[in-house]
Amino acid sequence: MTATADKPAAEVVDTVTLTIDGTEVTVPKGTLIIRAAEQVGIEIPRFCDHPALKPAGACRQCLVDVASPAGPEGKLRAFPKPQASCTMTVTEGMVVNTQHTSEEADRAQKGVMELLLINHPLDCPVCDKGGECPLQNQAMSHGRPESRFVDVKRVFEKPLALSSEILLDRERCVLCQRCTRFSKEIAGDAFIDLQNRGAQQQIGTFDEDVLDFDGYRPVGAATVDEAGKAFSSYYSGNTVQICPVGALTSAAYRFRSRPFDLVSSPSIAEHDSSGSAIRIDHRRGKILRRLAENDPVVNEDWISDKDRFAFAWQNLSDRLTRPLVRKDGELVETSWPEALAAAAAGIKAATAADDEGASRGAAVLTGGRVTLEDAYAYQKLARVVLGTNDVDFRARTASDEEQAFLGSQVAGTGLGVTFGELEKAPAVLLVGFEPEDEGGVVFLRLRKSLGRQRVAAVAPFLSRGAEKLGATLVPAAPGREAAVLAELPEDVRDALSQPGAVVVLGERAAEAPGAFVAAQELASSTGARLAWIPRRAGERGAVEAGALPGLLPGGRTATLKGARDVVAKAWGVDALPSAKGRDTAGILKAAAEGAIGALVVGGVSASDLAGDVSAALEATGFVVSLEVRRSEIAEAADVVLPVAPPSEKPGTFVNWEGRLRGFATAIRTDAMPDHRVLDLLAREWGVELGTGTVEAVNAELAALGAADAAHRPAAPKARAARNPRPKKGTAVLATWHQLVDEGALQDGEPYLAGTGRVAVARMSAATAAALGDAVSVEVSTEAGAVELPLVVTDGMVDGVVWVPVKSPGSWVARDLRATAGAVVSVKGAA
Amino acid sequence: MTDLVPVLSATWGSEQSWSLDTYTDAGGYAPLKKALGMEPGDLIQAVKDSGLRGRGGAGFPTGMKWGFLPPDDGGPRYLVVNADESEPGTCKDIPTMMSAPHALIEGVIITSFAIGCNHAFIYLRGEVVHVYRRLLQAVREAYEAGHLGKDIHGSGFDLDVTVHAGAGAYICGEETALLDSLEGRRGQPRLKPPFPAVAGLYARPTVVNNVESVASVPAIVDKGVEWFTAMGTERSKGMGLFSLSGHVTRPGQYEAPLGITLRELLELAGGIREGHELKFWTPGGSSTPIFTQDHLDTPLDYESVGAAGSMLGTRALQLFDDTTCVVRAVTRWTEFYKHESCGKCTPCREGTYWLTQILKRIEAGRGTEADIQQLLDTCDSIAGRSFCALGDGATSSIISSVTLFREEYEAHVEQGGCPFDHAASALFDYTDTPATEEAHA
Repeated sequence: MTATADKPAAEVVDTVTLTIDGTEVTVPKGTLIIRAAEQVGIEIPRFCDHPALKPAGACRQCLVDVASPAGPEGKLRAFPKPQASCTMTVTEGMVVNTQHTSEEADRAQKGVMELLLINHPLDCPVCDKGGECPLQNQAMSHGRPESRFVDVKRVFEKPLALSSEILLDRERCVLCQRCTRFSKEIAGDAFIDLQNRGAQQQIGTFDEDVLDFDGYRPVGAATVDEAGKAFSSYYSGNTVQICPVGALTSAAYRFRSRPFDLVSSPSIAEHDSSGSAIRIDHRRGKILRRLAENDPVVNEDWISDKDRFAFAWQNLSDRLTRPLVRKDGELVETSWPEALAAAAAGIKAATAADDEGASRGAAVLTGGRVTLEDAYAYQKLARVVLGTNDVDFRARTASDEEQAFLGSQVAGTGLGVTFGELEKAPAVLLVGFEPEDEGGVVFLRLRKSLGRQRVAAVAPFLSRGAEKLGATLVPAAPGREAAVLAELPEDVRDALSQPGAVVVLGERAAEAPGAFVAAQELASSTGARLAWIPRRAGERGAVEAGALPGLLPGGRTATLKGARDVVAKAWGVDALPSAKGRDTAGILKAAAEGAIGALVVGGVSASDLAGDVSAALEATGFVVSLEVRRSEIAEAADVVLPVAPPSEKPGTFVNWEGRLRGFATAIRTDAMPDHRVLDLLAREWGVELGTGTVEAVNAELAALGAADAAHRPAAPKARAARNPRPKKGTAVLATWHQLVDEGALQDGEPYLAGTGRVAVARMSAATAAALGDAVSVEVSTEAGAVELPLVVTDGMVDGVVWVPVKSPGSWVARDLRATAGAVVSVKGAA
Repeated sequence: MTDLVPVLSATWGSEQSWSLDTYTDAGGYAPLKKALGMEPGDLIQAVKDSGLRGRGGAGFPTGMKWGFLPPDDGGPRYLVVNADESEPGTCKDIPTMMSAPHALIEGVIITSFAIGCNHAFIYLRGEVVHVYRRLLQAVREAYEAGHLGKDIHGSGFDLDVTVHAGAGAYICGEETALLDSLEGRRGQPRLKPPFPAVAGLYARPTVVNNVESVASVPAIVDKGVEWFTAMGTERSKGMGLFSLSGHVTRPGQYEAPLGITLRELLELAGGIREGHELKFWTPGGSSTPIFTQDHLDTPLDYESVGAAGSMLGTRALQLFDDTTCVVRAVTRWTEFYKHESCGKCTPCREGTYWLTQILKRIEAGRGTEADIQQLLDTCDSIAGRSFCALGDGATSSIISSVTLFREEYEAHVEQGGCPFDHAASALFDYTDTPATEEAHA
């Protein structure tokens, strides 16, 4: 199929021709006047208007004169009053005169501007928005030079903390309702709304003081989330960005900088697999804030709060700037040449044959956060220098079934289901995937289709995020997903049989034995398309790069000689290792048993892994850690090589769609990307790894291309689904990450952390009843326990307990050493 | 001399005028039975032919409004009665519902039958709890008598009526804000289009009519189109309630054909307060530009009042005699608009806030000559710029009073205070204490 054949036939669009300020313009029917004016470069001032939000017509700043043909002869008839150009759609033959050509429109706009300013404080010199403020700018271009208002301004206490991150200065607010409309229309979190009326109208949370209940408190409590707050949102930062004045500010950026002191660099967010376009604003080498960039095909106008606010992690005091080498048991700073030499020597010694001729191999863990180029360098180092297929990017639960799926369906397949197609899909089935918690802006895209799209979630309960998508629950206890997929309710199956339907598989599909096979069968029987949406930013790229034990770059099977030969030839080596590689869990297990001589570890958080990482590190002869910060693994390593965080290096994230999301260096520092460090390391063996630059890696990847069909792994084979039967006092563990939690990349950002949800344990009413009058639950395994408040959840599968993966007080992998589907002990506590 | 024509008010003087029995004895609910025997389309045509215009103020032809509903698609359509009477001076719907609630309910049933509605709502101003109780009682009686419910009088027509008490906001008299409020949302006007006829209550086709409009329907059905069109003027047909209040000897409701003049009404009402002369008056509530003695003979119909520079509005004639300070009266009205501005759009929200401060300054004698011009300039930034008509209404009394009584504004500025004795204009014992002034703040 050629690229052009893919293109849908150009849609025939009904157009309308009108005249704006004497210029004729033809636009699609239904276009608003303000948008049509933009087409011919005429800017009409506005505050409430935002292209991604429904029209409000609230601020009245965009008034223009309009005349349109009326009557049988079509004589031009002028509207008696100026019209809001942000709410009126164009009609054929309409004549619009903006402030540039109509005195009346200009007078109307100046009048509105004067009114907007009477209650607006003149605190521009200390306001975060000063210098990039639409109100300030438009007051300059369309306002009176001097105010005629000599009376008393309305004042409010400032700021009002809507959350720990979002602060509201009500005095500055022009009540355009962009923030409330965003919250309702886009995010579905109505955590703020208009309150009171007239000049006292204000944005507020559900707060008795603001509402002036004066002792008459509502009888029922407002809908509160588990954090005890009346609504909170993962997308609240977008309201700060679209606020046309300085009313909404973020605690992280408030009073930190002036916009004209900032250098802006476009980049790609590193927190999820969406590859959202962002803008990094930095000053003297320090990131001050991050904003959403408009990218119509990916994140449109929005990003998650994690993408926006979680950037402090890379500049914390534990940032590594120089290589470290262990000397006399202590890690000490050293030079690059010495560190590289020490690393190579250590690995060589640890993997050398002993007196009896036996040797222990090396293994590589890359973590799921590195770029395509980095992942490529790691796996190439493993295969060319270390001679092993023991390389895996999955710092999470992984399975051979998943690997076979990734190799046969994902790697080297290019752009698959896109954001746009996901949005337009008539039906979406979610398997092992929570869009709000694990997908970032994927959630917003799905929510855009609320009411037009049938969403069903195979899950133990319907999360609040899924509820906001109008999803229906297909109940499945962890481990039972495959069986549930095989016997989907008829209506869900029918919905998935519509053209364009999508089955989404998340990273947790790997936790459900047989889920990939069942999903594939479902796809082939219904015609639905499959989309794999991992959680971490680097996962799809690592799949493409072949950072998997069984996969070479481009989806080639590492155990097939033909496939290996193609890659070996391209790399200019005689042969690639043929031994079957181990996955992350296998590597850690082997290491703990003393079977691994040397480990090269990228950005892996030990606390993400259920396996015994410290035992593995201890039993391994030599450990080299490539890290941005002094992590747990770095502390245990023999050599630590500092690498650059994404903002300090160029690279490419491949997002879940398969779209290449390249980014350039935002901040120039001495820090080197992983692929360059590995290239230098390989030289210690006399090997030219060829991964010194992004360009070199991409040239190699391009030359390799995707695997021939014959070289791909076979489709995954069915595995028996687990069917654990919890006994009394036990339950099956369900768990996933909350978007805002205690992940390493959110360190150092307390304001963001405050918007996260309080960790709770969820159970069905029946399951909870078995615990007696419990208000909290102790979930335990042989390895340890977590105790969390109990929330009885409607419609939840019986015999299941859900806890968050890595939220405050609930670090499942570290504390329980368990993964989803495990049978855990549950005990109630009053 | 035009005579009064008590139609809606015909039974108000009867013993227990509000009861079903009184209403039925006076011929009530006979029109309903007649209407149920007619074709809905014929009913709509009859109301169109009658020339009945919306009695809520705007005067839009009622039959035409009904005709805007799209063809029946099988889904629900609604009648919503706007009973959120809140404008200063306007006091006709409350007495109607208080004295003869069945006139409204019968009108609701006939209108619902005509437009194919099976669930009608009466959105009542929340402050009038006594009227709320009375309406609830009347609806209960109507259900018990078989006028409401399933298969009404064997016609096969079903109708439920819900009486809803608002939470007290002037804006909810604006029909789209009313619908939002009725749906349980914050009462603020909606963008139009879509108009309520296409997507109103719960996004379904909806007719929103004023109490008096709906209550006039049974009489039109009963007495015929000719009877109705025989009253009034060429384009303002029928009768209407004229609410006289203020410095008048016998304030109250005067039901008369449209086109009657204030001079005639004053004769019926015993004239202006003894020993005083009419100074200014509102023809249709506080959001209509004020009139003076010069307009005593202006026929009170939509066209004539409009031609004279004001609006017939709700026929709320507030009469002020020569003891009244116009600045003071206008300031009170403006404070009302400031308090009731919903806050949605900039001009009304900020403009009324500013206007109030300027007016209070002038009234207190702290104003300047420039302030008077500022009043007009600020009004200019509101009128025609606001989201709904309420913003325009807030400016009417200011613009008209500055035009007609500019010298009085100037007197406040020059004398550094109000030249009037406030106690003289009061109809009760009154002292100008800071406390009473505070009460208005």
